[in-house]
Amino acid sequence: MIIEQLLMSFVASAAFAILFNVPKGSLLQSGFVGMIGWLLYISLLNVVDEPILPTLISSFVVAVTSQVFAKLYKTPIIVFSVSGIIPLVPGGLAYDAMRKVVENHYDTAVQLAAKALMLSGAIAMGLVFSEVINHLIRRSRL
Amino acid sequence: MDHPSHSAYDIAQVCLLAGKIMLENGGETYRVEDTMTRVAAAFGIRNSQSYVTPTGILFSIDGPQQTTRMIRISERSTDLHKVTLVNAISRKISLGELSVSEAHRLLNEIEGASAMYPLWFKIMAAAIASGCFLIMFGGTWHDFIPVFLAGGIGFAFQLYFHRLVPIKFIAEFLGSVLIGAIAYLFLKAGFGHDLDKMIVGSVMPLVPGLLITNAVRDLMAGHLVSGLSKGAEACLTAFAIGAGIAFVLSFISGVGIG
Repeated sequence: MIIEQLLMSFVASAAFAILFNVPKGSLLQSGFVGMIGWLLYISLLNVVDEPILPTLISSFVVAVTSQVFAKLYKTPIIVFSVSGIIPLVPGGLAYDAMRKVVENHYDTAVQLAAKALMLSGAIAMGLVFSEVINHLIRRSRL
Repeated sequence: MDHPSHSAYDIAQVCLLAGKIMLENGGETYRVEDTMTRVAAAFGIRNSQSYVTPTGILFSIDGPQQTTRMIRISERSTDLHKVTLVNAISRKISLGELSVSEAHRLLNEIEGASAMYPLWFKIMAAAIASGCFLIMFGGTWHDFIPVFLAGGIGFAFQLYFHRLVPIKFIAEFLGSVLIGAIAYLFLKAGFGHDLDKMIVGSVMPLVPGLLITNAVRDLMAGHLVSGLSKGAEACLTAFAIGAGIAFVLSFISGVGIG
């Protein structure tokens, strides 16, 4: 079961990297970043019973891993972080919200949409945190 | 470094071209600004200013050879290969390994280069990604083939529609109508089990994940204009997908089979 999830998230992230025209040499790393993020997300979801904290933590880890890879392979961070973040994007929730709108359940729809927005915010926070920490490390060395 | 033979105009030209390629292909706003001022500094110009929004770049060099230039960006897509190449060139310029004219020639080459992967390969990738997302969102393997087909066909048609009608919204709307219709037909034909999971998986290649995160990031970094406009673009895409699927769903429930 976990193997299945790992394999799927790896392939999905690498496939997304192809859609974004990531250079051939970075495809495997992109898939790997996505896999790490998704593994952390689903394991944290078993411990904490709500998606916001897991999303925040795993997008932070995705960003840190991307930064390490960016340094290692001298490639812009965006190449790794974008495909790694994709599995965490709340596509399912956004769809559910929209489906509720179509069914005229506006109250549930607004709740779901707000949740999807919070999750997008959590992803962005994770990315920004890692950047801030990176900045601080670089500053303290000088 | 000293480049007496090159005017501020030539240098501005190189900076703008680098910025344009990065911005058109999905580079982050702050990185575009950073690259442009860094390239200018490497060519000996310390006081340059750049103002980047998703729809245009302003770049100005102060001093005796004062120049201000601007370009309009109308088409944006994601081609991280080109962003990587420009990044490598700006790195070389910073190290002083490239002259102004040489950098300009290389950047022109990058701008004219064709896409990294052939179209069929991208469509395959979209189809595979759709199938993988189905499993990741807890779908069953029985639905894998229908989702694979719906996601691939939907993505291919979205690209095709975009070529016919150069309005992104329409292409995304029609693409997701097609995805919804195909998923529903598979369900009716008995090849699928869970319509919701099938649709979620198939629309994933169209979802503006990159835009949403970039928008919030730009906002947090203080690039308010570009954050808001990217956010608007992302919302519009999400709305197009939502409207397309909603169109199909309301049709189904209206007929009374949903």
